[in-house]
Amino acid sequence: MARPTLPKRDTWIDMTPMSDVMVLLLTFFMLTSTFLKPEPVTVNTPMSVSEIKIPEKSVFSILISPQGQVFLDLDNPDDRISVLEKMATDYNISLTEKEKHDFSIATSFGVPMQNFKEFMSLPLEKQNELLPNYGIPTDSLNNQFKGWVQAARDVKGRDMIIAIKADQSTPYTHIKNVMGSLQDLRENRYNLITSLREVSEEERLGNL
Amino acid sequence: MADKKGKKKGEMKKADTRVNFTPLVDMIMLLLTFFMLATTLSKPQTMEISMPAKDKVTVEEQNEVKASEAFTIYLGAGHKVYYYEGLPNIEEPDYLKETDFSANGLRSILIEKNRNIVQQVRELENRKSLLQISKEEYNKQLSNLKNSKGSPVVIIKPLESSTYSDMIAALDEMLITSIGKYAIVDINDDDKTMLRNSSFPVN
Repeated sequence: MARPTLPKRDTWIDMTPMSDVMVLLLTFFMLTSTFLKPEPVTVNTPMSVSEIKIPEKSVFSILISPQGQVFLDLDNPDDRISVLEKMATDYNISLTEKEKHDFSIATSFGVPMQNFKEFMSLPLEKQNELLPNYGIPTDSLNNQFKGWVQAARDVKGRDMIIAIKADQSTPYTHIKNVMGSLQDLRENRYNLITSLREVSEEERLGNL
Repeated sequence: MADKKGKKKGEMKKADTRVNFTPLVDMIMLLLTFFMLATTLSKPQTMEISMPAKDKVTVEEQNEVKASEAFTIYLGAGHKVYYYEGLPNIEEPDYLKETDFSANGLRSILIEKNRNIVQQVRELENRKSLLQISKEEYNKQLSNLKNSKGSPVVIIKPLESSTYSDMIAALDEMLITSIGKYAIVDINDDDKTMLRNSSFPVN
């Protein structure tokens, strides 16, 4: 019996338009994405239901490790240099252009001023390795943290947002220390960075 | 892959110029997925908080809070919460109670305490989800509701043995239970004495 011969269809699909669109999307995402900056200590932020997003610009972030070390970060490289210059005059340190430049592109900073020169002279890999051992002094005798916050506020003006990022397991005493220092400076509004937690409607309502 | 059956001998073979884009698309898809996930996940949430200025808070001001509205919670070690309502009453043995951060713990107590406002906030949320009111209007009414008279005033006192996550969890409960008036206050000597006298293993 003669079977009707089906004409063989070409299964080739033209992928060119597809790849065009994809490249477009890829470019968009690559350009808009902001990458996580490496931090000197790993911090697991606690969960909260708050859905407010952190603003992107002029954020002065305070990182508190579980051991209570304090690291700071400021986004704009030029502002970082101005802040550093202010701190250097306060602590009678003369800065070289190289130190300023290195400081402006570094990730977080958290070295006591007395160790600053010595630290900046080290190669970058060594710096990253040693940074977690330091931390900005926040004790009442030598509170350089206040100096940094004050200097940053002077440089950035009123729009600067202070954000505290601390580990879940950081004891409250360390937080109190930082918050107390901020309170002394009359910095009473700040943001606490958290990660999102979903709360179901049932949980939310309780026994209402 | 073009059909070459009908070709005559001697005719020049036309080279197929079509390039297979499938592997390229695969790779781009992979990169795209990576960037999409990386961007959405990298933006952390934040909690806005206003602390009272140091010189403003005096003991007298703290005591101004009406006894019927006041609610004090202590955050202890091991994610434990101790609370009392109204004014401290050291004579009564079990006025200080223990609870935790579970849905049936602190949350249900606070919802009970703030029932009136929680219900109104719920209605407001419903109206917002039905698009009866705009977002601005919602935010305005919400803050009015939260700061209305007679709403409870929660005083959060973290003990030295508590951690940062306890503090955030407590602030979170304020958000969930629609409590607008709350403050983080350091513990004083009176609190310490009181906790030491309580039946709970504090300090």
